[in-house]
Formats: sequence, C-alpha cells, structure tokens
Amino acid sequence: MKITVKVWRQANSQAKGGFKTYQLDHVSTDMSFLEMFDVLNAQLIRKGEDPIAFDHDCREGICGMCSMVINGRPHGPLQTTTCQLHMRTFKDGDTITVEPWRANAFPVLKDLVVDRTAFDRIQQSGGYVSVNTGGVPDANEIPIPKKVADEAFDAATCIGCGACVAACKNASAMLFVGAKVSQYALLPQGKPERKERAERMVAQMDAEGFGACTNTRACEAECPKGIKITNIARLNREYLGAVFTSYEVETGGGGE
Amino acid sequence: MNLDSKIPAGPLNEKWSKHKFNLKLVNPANKRKYDVIVVGTGLAGASAAASLGELGYNVKAFCFQDSPRRAHSIAAQGGINAAKNYQNDGDSIYRLFYDTIKGGDYRAREGNVHRLAEVSVNIIDQCVAQGVPFAREYGGLLSNRSFGGAQVSRTFYARGQTGQQLLLGAYSALNRQISNGKVKMYNRTEMLDVVVVDGKARGIITRDLVTGKIEAHAAHAVLLCTGGYGNVFYLSTNAKGSNVTAAWRAHKKGALFGNPCFTQIHPTCIPVSGDHQSKLTLMSESLRNDGRVWVPKTAIKGLKAADAVRIPETDRDYFLERRYPSFGNLVPRDVASRNAKYVCDEGRGVGTTGLAVFLDFSDAIKRDGRHVIEAKYGNLFDMYRQITGDNPYEVPMMIYPAVHYTMGGLWVDYNLMTTVPGLYALGEANFSDHGANRLGASALMQGLADGYFIIPYTIGDYLAGMSWEKMSTDRAEFKEAITNVQQRVGKMLQIKGAKTVDQLHRELGLTMWEYCGMSRSESGLLTAKKKIQELKTEFWSNVNILGSANELNQELEKAGRVADFIELGELMVDDALNRSESCGGHFREESQTPDGEALRKDDQYAYVAAWEYKGENQPEELHKENLVFENVKLTQRSYK
Ligand SMILES: Cc1cc2nc3c(=O)[nH]c(=O)nc-3n(C[C@H](O)[C@H](O)[C@H](O)COP(=O)(O)OP(=O)(O)OC[C@H]3O[C@@H](n4cnc5c(N)ncnc54)[C@H](O)[C@@H]3O)c2cc1C
Ligand code: SF4
Ligand code: FES
Repeated sequence: MKITVKVWRQANSQAKGGFKTYQLDHVSTDMSFLEMFDVLNAQLIRKGEDPIAFDHDCREGICGMCSMVINGRPHGPLQTTTCQLHMRTFKDGDTITVEPWRANAFPVLKDLVVDRTAFDRIQQSGGYVSVNTGGVPDANEIPIPKKVADEAFDAATCIGCGACVAACKNASAMLFVGAKVSQYALLPQGKPERKERAERMVAQMDAEGFGACTNTRACEAECPKGIKITNIARLNREYLGAVFTSYEVETGGGGE
Repeated sequence: MNLDSKIPAGPLNEKWSKHKFNLKLVNPANKRKYDVIVVGTGLAGASAAASLGELGYNVKAFCFQDSPRRAHSIAAQGGINAAKNYQNDGDSIYRLFYDTIKGGDYRAREGNVHRLAEVSVNIIDQCVAQGVPFAREYGGLLSNRSFGGAQVSRTFYARGQTGQQLLLGAYSALNRQISNGKVKMYNRTEMLDVVVVDGKARGIITRDLVTGKIEAHAAHAVLLCTGGYGNVFYLSTNAKGSNVTAAWRAHKKGALFGNPCFTQIHPTCIPVSGDHQSKLTLMSESLRNDGRVWVPKTAIKGLKAADAVRIPETDRDYFLERRYPSFGNLVPRDVASRNAKYVCDEGRGVGTTGLAVFLDFSDAIKRDGRHVIEAKYGNLFDMYRQITGDNPYEVPMMIYPAVHYTMGGLWVDYNLMTTVPGLYALGEANFSDHGANRLGASALMQGLADGYFIIPYTIGDYLAGMSWEKMSTDRAEFKEAITNVQQRVGKMLQIKGAKTVDQLHRELGLTMWEYCGMSRSESGLLTAKKKIQELKTEFWSNVNILGSANELNQELEKAGRVADFIELGELMVDDALNRSESCGGHFREESQTPDGEALRKDDQYAYVAAWEYKGENQPEELHKENLVFENVKLTQRSYK
C-alpha cells in the first residue's frame, strides 16, 4: 500500500523542530511500524537525506525503548508498543503523523529520540529493596499469598516507556511511579522501607518537572502493559501515609 | 601461549569453596581505592556492578541504551534454572551439573559447570529478597516448571517475563548503588576499545552516542558484560542493538575468542515475512509440549495456514514424531531446528516463502478444550496473532528456526578473566559454561551467577596483587587508543559509497545463515569465507553513512558494529571449518551417523578452540584447551 508520513524532525535538543512529509509506495501490511521506518530511512539515505533518528531495541514489546506518538496517541491506535504495531492497522492512502514523546521532563535529543533519564533518577531515589548480595534468607522462607504476588507482578510489568507521561495533558508520571511503589508496597520484602520510598520517589518525580495527576485516566488508556490506575490510588495512600502517619495499609485485595 | 584454565584441584564439589578460601582478599578499607569499569548492564553487568559497589569498589558502568533497564536480558521469557529441589522430584546440584554438561554435548568444563549449579540456589534467594515477583503456588511458596525437556521441575519463572523481572531486580540493586554514589552510570555510551598498559587492561575508550564525544576512562580492572553476538546473522531473536563490538575490540587487544562457531538456533520462531524483516520473534518452546509439528507429505507451493486445516491426516508428515518416536515434538532445540530445515530444503516447507513448518494445536484443543490451551499459552497465542494476523486457535501456527544465543565468546579462566590480565568477561559475552549447546533457562542463571556470586570473589584476588595508584588517561596508551578510534570513525564516514549499512549487514547475515547456520560443510564454509572477505572489502569501500561524528548518528553506530560482525563472521567460519565433528548446535555434514544424526568425535575434538588475533588480514592462531572429564562418562545423544 501507499502511505504518507508526517514526521517531526529536529536536529538536536537546541534546534527548532518541524514536520516533514514523506511518501512510501510499497508498504507491506506485514511490516511492523518500525520496519516501515527502516524502509523510509533506507529511502532517505539513498537520496542523501539524513535518516530519522528513533529509539528502539528489542522490537518485542518489552524493553520500553520505542516511543513514537502516532496520530496523536503514544504508541499509536492500539494499546501496544510502537514496535508491536503493524501496518495492517492502517489503510492504503493513509497519512500518519509521527512525533516524539512531549513532556518537559523528556527533552528531545534528536527527531523522535527523547531523554528519559528522569525515570531512572526516580528509580534511583528509592525504587529498590535495600539488600546486599548474599546473606539473604532462603527464598521459600518468605511465603507470599498468590493473590498478592500476582498483583505485585501486574504492577511490576511496567516497561518504563513513558507513554503514560506522553498521554497525560499534565505530563504526570504518577502511573509509572505508582506501579513501582505498588510492587514493593504489596510485597513483604518492600514493607520496611515503604514510607521513605514513597516520599523519596514522589519528591524526585516533582523535582524532575512531571505534572500533577488530575485523574483523567489517559495514562491507563495508553499504557501498553495495562498498568491500572489503582496503582495511583495506592501511591497516594502510601504517600499520604508516609507524610502524615505511619500506618499499615491492607494489601491483599484486588480491585482497589 | 599457555592456556591455564585455573580449575582448582580436588573433588568436584569442593573446588569452588576451596578456591574461594584460597583467593586473596582486599581489605575493606582499601576497596574504595580501586576503580572497576563494568561495560554492559544486562543481568551479568548490573548484578556485577551492584555487588562490587556494595563491597566498596568504585564502579563506572556503561550501556548503549538510554537506561540499564533496557538491556537485551529484558526479553528472556521462559525462566531461570536453579537446583533448589523445592519440588522434591529428585533434583540436586549434581543433577543440574550433569544435565548441563550432557546438554552441552561434553564441550564445557566440569569445574565451571558444577560451580554454576552450586550458586544457582543463591540466585533465587537473592532475587526474591530484592522483590522479584516469581510465580507462586496458592500456598504462597514458589512455583516451578519443567523446561526444555528436563526431567525435573527446576525452572523458576515470572509468567512469560522472567528476564524482565530479573533484570529489573538487578537494575534496582544497581540504582541503589548509583544513589549511594558507588556506581557512576553512563547511559547511551558505547565502548569502542580496551586500553592495555604494561600488559594489563587499564581502561576503555567510549563514544557518547548523543554528542559523539570520544573519551578515555581508566580503572584497575575492566569487566565486559556485553552480551552475545547472534546478530552476526542479521536476523535473530536478539535485540537490534546487540553486538560483538566490545568483545571483538578486546579480542584484537589480545583476548582469545573461545568456540566462536557455537551458536544456538531456536526451533520455534515466527518465520520471515518479507525483505523488510528486521528481527525475529521467539515463541516459547513450551509450545512444543502441546503443538504438533508437521508439513505436507508432498510439496504444496505457498500453502497457507488457513488451507492447512483441509489437508487430511493421511497427507500430513509429523516428521519429528516419525523420526524420533520416543521424544517426538520434544527433541532438543538443535534436532528440531535441523529437521525443520531438512523438510524445507526438500521443498515441503509451507507459507509464502516455503521457509516454515506448521505447529498445530488442533489435537490439543480437541483433547483438553480451548480454555485449557488458553490458560497455558494465551499470551503467546495473542502475540502470534498480533504479529502475523493469524488466529492459532483456528489455524496452525507457522514456525521456523532462528538464531537465538551464542555459546561462544571471550575465553575466560575459572576466575572469569580473559587472556588479558585485568580484563574479565561475564554473561553471554564469555564462552564458559554451556559447551556446544545451552539448556533452556540456563543463560539467565549463568549471567547472574557470574555477576552476583563469582566476580565479587575472584576480582579481589587480582586487585589485592596490584597497587591502588590511579592511572592518568594522559598516558600515551590512552591517547593512542583515542586517536585510533577517531580515525576509524572518520574513515567510515568518508567512504560515502552506494550501500546502506543494513544492506551490507543483511548480506553478511544471509551468508552466515546459509553456510554457517544449522548445517555446515567444508565446501560451504570455504564459500562463506570467500564471500565474507569480499564483503569486508566492499564495506570499507562502498558503505554510505550520512551525517557526522559529532552528533547522535544511528547509522554510524550500526556501521561500527557491522564492521566488527564481518570480521567475527570470518572467525566463526574458520572455527566451524576446524571443528570437523558434529556437537551440540554445530552440525558438520561430514560427521554424521548412517541415519543422519550428529556424530561427535571425542578423541579428536574434546577441546575448547581458543583463537588468537594475529594482526589485520592474518590468519588467527588456534590454541586448544583440552577438556578433562573426571566425573561424567561421555555418551552420544540419542532421541530415537
Ligand atoms: C528472545 C530471547 C529469549 C530468551 N529467553 C531465555 C530464557 O527464558 N531463559 C534463559 O536462561 N535465557 C534466555 N535467553 C538468553 C538470555 O536472555 C541472554 O543470554 C542473557 O540475558 C544475556 O545477558 P547478558 O547480561 O550477558 O547480556 P545482555 O542482557 O545482552 O546485556 C548486554 C549489555 O551490554 C551493553 N553493551 C553491549 N555492547 C556494548 C558496548 N560496546 N558499549 C557499551 N555497552 C555495551 C548493553 O547496553 C547491555 O547493557 C533468551 C534470549 C532471547 C534472545
Ligand atoms: S506505566 Fe505503562 S505507559 Fe507508563 S511507563 Fe509503565 S508501561 Fe509505559
Ligand atoms: S523496541 Fe522494545 S518495546 Fe518496542
């Protein structure tokens, strides 16, 4: 099929960017969206034009590196990652607009590549259990109800892609932070440090310039891993608990 | 050169504990005086960097992605082995050791493999303490499954995302050390050379992938944890960025390369759909527990999955069940892969390319009901549907083998040190523990064993013997290495030829796959050698890389990696030529039994082939490390 793509081009973080339009004449419906970009880049190189820079690595939907806003939606029309989107989702003759993640905390480095190290710094501020290598108890000495383990797992599947931030009109990172805080808040291993963890991660999130959550749920709708908004509620409770009191939150249940 | 594996003497199960006791220690107060560079922050690198930081060393860690959390380890699906014997089904350290040695077709060291099995149990404890959410039973204890045809259930898993959860665990430990100031992390930074001073590895040269800045970093020791080189085949299940550059640069600086031709080809991947194909997606091999592999008895050109359902049973050839009645569809990876290739070579392959076989669940669905199959494989079926557009509940899947893992890598001794003192290799980047074939769920185990439980001990022994005085990067050796890197980058950019990097990479991949893939012969390998040499000439005269060195330039990144892959490809071919036996993933057509099965030649080839770089366009020199088996009896594999 024939496709027109309007792509955001920006030489570097200082440069002013703008859209450029390209034509592709032989797009196979079996191509992934990124393979369509490979073909486009090969076409550009042959014409002596600078190929479009974009982030990707696993192309399996798990590393979280790919990051394109496609027709106004992070990762495009399906609730999946950009690399798992296939051209059969589009129609012959379509015009597709492609932009980078937009958020103050994610500055554009070049074209569609943005700097997401703010996410790393949030994790560094408290996204861990303070154990050293060695000297830990036998794994089965910490029994965890399956229901709790499953719920912690659901939160832990976040791939750190940043689509939640890109989807949010406030560029809030609450879903990402909520997922990590929830994983540890649910598990017994994470309990000893839950108070400091929530405080520190939220403080870092604010320092990085992410916006506030106003409950629009746009993040949940775009998250390729189906991270639930309940994680934000849990983060709020953990945080309030951290700020005002030291208390125990009930953890077993789903649906909260 | 004397290849000393440094395997300690004494009984197998005492080697590691005795060795640990005999290793020199660095006084706790002195650890902070030593700097260690860790290149790569996948499972091996992140676990090593975190553990060394905890001990007090100053660590600098590097990765080329925008975050350590995105290393290729993240993509591992199936699970991680450990000899916990939680299931009370007869597993033990010795059994895991034995299975690994046998699975590797007797081309790995007994001492290393036993140590791996010993520390496997600590890995699970460590990961659980970090909050890794492994699968659990209703009673709250950890769940296990049997993986890759193992007779015991020793595989721990986290749904189909085990690698992700383990890596995020190691990443969290790494983050803690970053925030403690013990690890300095360099994202989007690629190592382009090792610096050797007075015969010891003392630093690296890197390129900042955003600004293009070339920099030198000095340290007392350098750890390469840079993953495998499956992308030499262009198409593989590896992440797009996975590469051999760090290992290859080290090789050119004196580190021997062990068993480069040992690659693993995984039988159940989604087939190539066209020329645009950029990578291959693995479907978990657990699918073979219920799926039946078949092709039509007589060739039908372009047979679609939708039309396959109309082919009567009598016209189908369930070739694995036919040839291997006792193992059937559960034969090991290499056997399943090779047989798929044979039927496709006969013209009986299916799909538009003819390079695919069916994996059919209709009998299982009839037998167990759709809900049972959905519970077991639902996410895999969804993934398949998303990628191919076909619904595997209604039509058979199509699969084809794909390159998945490289057992070869930098040669290391028992301490994980390469032949360059102070230069270590961990994880998939080394050649160590899997012999000629890796068992499912053992790569994650090895990466974490190396990083959490081996290097923290063995590196101390080396550092204790050297002065903590820091080395300046103003030294001539660093300056010269920087100049070399800059010149190489400049040279590539000047060529401005007619072919894109991907085009040349694809050509290399086709040659490797055709002649150095599932089945290898002397004449084919000689053809490949010639083609690769021509490709090298073409690359250096006809590649087209736009842009400059001082900016984010992804074509330039790829070009550097492909240039190294081309050189590695030639060495793989040399190694495959030398090894005139069939073992593990390496099948030499000249070495088979009368009924077409792999024939190993222990009297001639029970050694590690370690290759020494001898200079530009010079043949490499082969060194042999003989493998001694004191505990297991060598047998030929049979799955009939
Ligand atoms: C699809 C798939 C599924 C798998 N499933 C399983 C499984 O179920 N069980 C199992 O045991 N194994 C599995 N494996 C194998 C296993 O995932 C890998 O062997 C293992 O994760 C490798 O870990 P590593 O730490 O050695 O390297 P990697 O995770 O590949 O990390 C390499 C690191 O090195 C860095 N790097 C590389 N080159 C440079 C350079 N020049 N400069 C700077 N940094 C560099 C990268 O940025 C990265 O951080 C699977 C593999 C694949 C492809
Ligand atoms: S919460 Fe979802 S959208 Fe946000 S980073 Fe994680 S996976 Fe991506
Ligand atoms: S490239 Fe890894 S998630 Fe898309």
